[in-house]
Amino acid sequence: MNTALGTDQTGAPLGAPVYELTNVHKTYARNSVVALENVSLTLRKGSFSSVIGSSGCGKSTLLKIMAGLIPPTKGRVILQNQPVTGARRDIGMMFQQATLFPWKTAVENIVLPIEIRDGKPAAKKALTKAHDLLEVVGLKGFENVYPNELSGGMAQRASICRMLITEPAVLLLDEPFSALDELSRDMMNMELQRICREQDATAFLVTHSIQEAVILSDDIYVMKPRPGRLAEIVEVDLPRPRTLDMMTTPKFGEIVNYIRGLLDKGESM
Amino acid sequence: MSDVSENETDAKLQGTVWVQDVSFIDSVPRWIAMSFVFAVFIGIWQFVTGFGFVSPIILPTPWETLQDMIFVGKNLLSGGYLFSALWITILEVIYGFALAIAIGLSLGILVGETAFGEKAVMPYLVAIDTMPKVAFAPLFVAWLGFGIESKVALAAFIATFPIVVGTAAGLHAADENARMLFKTLGASRLQTLFKMKFPAGLPQIFTGLKIGAVGVMAGAITGEFLGGGKGFGEQIRVAASQLNTPRVFSLILYLSLVGLALYLFVQFTQRKVVFWHTERVGSDDG
Repeated sequence: MNTALGTDQTGAPLGAPVYELTNVHKTYARNSVVALENVSLTLRKGSFSSVIGSSGCGKSTLLKIMAGLIPPTKGRVILQNQPVTGARRDIGMMFQQATLFPWKTAVENIVLPIEIRDGKPAAKKALTKAHDLLEVVGLKGFENVYPNELSGGMAQRASICRMLITEPAVLLLDEPFSALDELSRDMMNMELQRICREQDATAFLVTHSIQEAVILSDDIYVMKPRPGRLAEIVEVDLPRPRTLDMMTTPKFGEIVNYIRGLLDKGESM
Repeated sequence: MSDVSENETDAKLQGTVWVQDVSFIDSVPRWIAMSFVFAVFIGIWQFVTGFGFVSPIILPTPWETLQDMIFVGKNLLSGGYLFSALWITILEVIYGFALAIAIGLSLGILVGETAFGEKAVMPYLVAIDTMPKVAFAPLFVAWLGFGIESKVALAAFIATFPIVVGTAAGLHAADENARMLFKTLGASRLQTLFKMKFPAGLPQIFTGLKIGAVGVMAGAITGEFLGGGKGFGEQIRVAASQLNTPRVFSLILYLSLVGLALYLFVQFTQRKVVFWHTERVGSDDG
């Protein structure tokens, strides 16, 4: 892949590498299953990458290693020139469910990462920032609302704020909108693109949806199962900002079909 | 005016409107339905006692019972000997419940949070829980004497297990994503426990507390039946041995008010603390 000629989400030349994985292997000792074999990838500053593959291809293992939740068996995992050896402040994460805590209001949920890492006084100081972030995601006025009163999409917006509050260097997104209906999902994907551009964020998305991967990403890592490995890195050269209309263009369809072909090949093996 | 024609169309339409049948019981307010059952109950009671189907020693008439209730009520309000007896029982219940909460929460956290507790302690708790706990009453009396202590011990003993089970279950209630989130935030074990697992488990914990609140009452009274003392249970035992059945009935009624008050107190606390979790059991009007 000739990534040096690419551009990032803002159209500027690609930034410096933020997250680098080199020859990462993961074997689960329990059942000696090889979950990941020889995975190398580079996330550049401001880029949006996705990983896609059938279940059992090691996507979630890869994400857990990148989040510092489990160690790799072999290989180097370097974020901002520092090896990842555990949970890190410069990693932000988002899950399928918003995972807001019902006993905390929206802002209290958003400053939770600060509360855990730096204590209550620091969390209190971060409240103004939480208010600003809520405005960024279009939830102004919902600061003191409890999560029960938020719709699924609104809850995920709040969880975006919680991920951004520590200003992480990389955003790890684990199928963040897969629990939403298709209309909200498309809209949230466009919102995610806008927020990532505004914050110049480096994002890494795990998804089951080829369309979602193509409309959001600069690079798509296609993975194959047993053992989990990278099959190909597909570069998406649709112009930024992406719009939902692009999903009907022939080019979009071409890329989707190409990736589907890669995935089918993986299945038949 | 147009009013007329509107009325006409209304009239025409009315013939075609499908009128939904409302079942009779749905249209009756709860309190009326409850009063009805109460009246039927009193009626049958009056019938079988008033016509001599049942000996008054076995079952007093409703009127006798009411008279005795008024007597006991006056005695309680004027701080008479029945009030001192009831106060002793109330103290047993309060101490017993406090002890059960302290032990139940600690054991629940040990069992729900640590692998050691789950593997090594839980089987013993399950084994003890399946025993008829009332049978331990003579032991408590032998160990702690005929005073309030043996009753507190039995009350706490009975109430502890549901709290342990509720706490242990509650600590497992938080979902996988929440655990992952706390791991990615680098939360310590204590932070994970008190900022996530414990609050997430509060609904189950309160379920345990409510079952415990019922058990603590039964424990205190059983303790008094079997271990004497000066409490309300003793008064019931004495009244029963004198074949003063109306007194037994009215004492039980007042005792159940104490139990109800404790239960409602726990429920009220639950609504304040676990405000995000709404229960929909046995309430038809919110």
